[in-house]
Amino acid sequence: MDGKPLLIAGRAFSSRLLLGTGKFSSPETMAEALQASGTEIVTVALRRADLSGKRDPFANILEFIDPKKYLLLPNTSGAMNAEEAVRLARLARSAGVSDWVKLEIHPDPRHLLPDPIETLKAAEILVKEGFIVLPYINADPVLAKRLEEVGTATVMPLGSPIGSNRGLETRAQLEIIIEQARVPVVVDAGIGAPSHAALAMEMGAAAVLVNTAIAIAPDPAGMGRAFRMAVEAGRMAHEIGMGAPLASATASPTSPLTGFLRSA
Amino acid sequence: MTSFLRDRNTPRLQRFAALLEPVDDAQLESLATESARITRRHFGNAIRLFAPLYLSNECINNCAYCGFSRDNPILRVTLEVDAVRREARHLVKEGFRNLLLVAGEHPKFVSNGYLESCVRALVPEIPSVSLEVAPMEVEDYARLSSAGAEGLVVYQETYDEDAYARFHTAGPKKDFAWRLACPERAYAGGFRRIGIGALFGLADWRSEATALGAHLNHLLRTCWRSQFTVSLPRLRPCAGSFAPDHALPDREFVQLICALRLCFPEVGIVLSTREPAPLRDALLPLGITMMSAGSHTEPGGYTGEGTAQLHLTVRGKPVAPAPDTLQKNARATEQFSIADDRSPSEVAQLLRSRGFDPVWKDWDRAILA
Repeated sequence: MDGKPLLIAGRAFSSRLLLGTGKFSSPETMAEALQASGTEIVTVALRRADLSGKRDPFANILEFIDPKKYLLLPNTSGAMNAEEAVRLARLARSAGVSDWVKLEIHPDPRHLLPDPIETLKAAEILVKEGFIVLPYINADPVLAKRLEEVGTATVMPLGSPIGSNRGLETRAQLEIIIEQARVPVVVDAGIGAPSHAALAMEMGAAAVLVNTAIAIAPDPAGMGRAFRMAVEAGRMAHEIGMGAPLASATASPTSPLTGFLRSA
Repeated sequence: MTSFLRDRNTPRLQRFAALLEPVDDAQLESLATESARITRRHFGNAIRLFAPLYLSNECINNCAYCGFSRDNPILRVTLEVDAVRREARHLVKEGFRNLLLVAGEHPKFVSNGYLESCVRALVPEIPSVSLEVAPMEVEDYARLSSAGAEGLVVYQETYDEDAYARFHTAGPKKDFAWRLACPERAYAGGFRRIGIGALFGLADWRSEATALGAHLNHLLRTCWRSQFTVSLPRLRPCAGSFAPDHALPDREFVQLICALRLCFPEVGIVLSTREPAPLRDALLPLGITMMSAGSHTEPGGYTGEGTAQLHLTVRGKPVAPAPDTLQKNARATEQFSIADDRSPSEVAQLLRSRGFDPVWKDWDRAILA
């Protein structure tokens, strides 16, 4: 479909599905899934890549992501505080990877829940240094506004914890974030089924990021296509208009609450 | 101080104990199915690979089950730092980007300064360096983590205090509580990955497992920034010919892995080359997240480094080996014999053929420095 393009930091994308690259059974399977999903933005954990420029054959994940087809979005996964995340982002830029960065700071390595304080600190520094910052956050509307104010290109609130596949458990908070946002809102984690992705898009999310649900599917390329369709369907429905129908309740002939308007 | 081992009144630990009760075949299969599913969801299809690099087999402890025990008359050596670097480079050529430095406890040969020198020598070339060495104070851990070591592994061996006293007959390792608090000191010292475990064979496996679960549960609360892994080594033949009196049969071993996975979905489970190849292959989908491959358990085992400095010890005292004792091609004595002798590339190939991605590198020291 030819809906409105996704605009991030002035760059237009026709796909609203971002993909992560972890958890696949092989880099080849990952490459096929990227292709099938139609994605244009792909995130990679810098700690898994070789940043020395020596083309390490045992850490060659970047070689499976064609920079002509995809915007490579390095992420700072592994960083436990602002200082480490900033260091990783600078390293990626100086290694020629990108000046875009998916800012992820999770001091808790078990549930990978993001640290709001360190994320805000790092975002401030990176924005000032000219990075295009896409921060991964909990579904916290105030934090989302604070990040927007320091100049991040998006906010990326989670639907539920990474890898949980539990869908939009933070729905009420996501609705507030979307309603208030002046930057694209990308729902980032917990999306375990195409229906979750469609729902996020119907709600007005600008995009979604999916990894686990595609990577561990028996047919990752097939699942990539399923998500592509779900995201397109959800977006199309949103653009057409998903306003809740008025007066869905049974009409009452006696109008006890508004009858006075007609009796005068 | 050890009371947390007995405090099991939490939903997670109660469930863990229940899952360790005897099960029939159908129940075991459904445990395994669930365990495999949860493992994929949390860790995906990736299996991290690492190699142990033994620095020294000198030791001042007597542990009845360990080949390195002080009183065992074996060939010993502590590798010089350059020799450690050459062993590491050999492992790098094989693909490893994650090394575990292992040493016996010997304040003279394996001093904290020596360990720090080894770490400093390796971090420029190895993305992830971990240590499995004698317990230390927080300040000493802090020095090693500042030097670039990222992980620390320490097994309690047995959580049964009576058995612990029986098997650890000499040396500083006799102190059960000092060892038990080791992971928390390592955390305070800045280590990000911490590995714990019990050596199965020293006490009843169920009580060992439930205590291990209680320890893990405690650590997950007290050390919230660390990533934990659990190892479940089963005793292997070694010098000193120790015969374990408590078996952990394969079937129960599988049940234990699944129970751990179901109750601690976020914790890594390590499988070493102590287990034979067919069993390792069969365990792959069940809950394992990290494996060693092509391991040697003696200093210099990969390249033959250190053979010129080999010496025999008798009751802890070095004696110059008589020429007939030290045969040509003599090697330091190994800690235990491994049961899967496939090369790292063979193991990686096997992983791929089973639909797993062998991950050599998933850490970059650039994050820290």
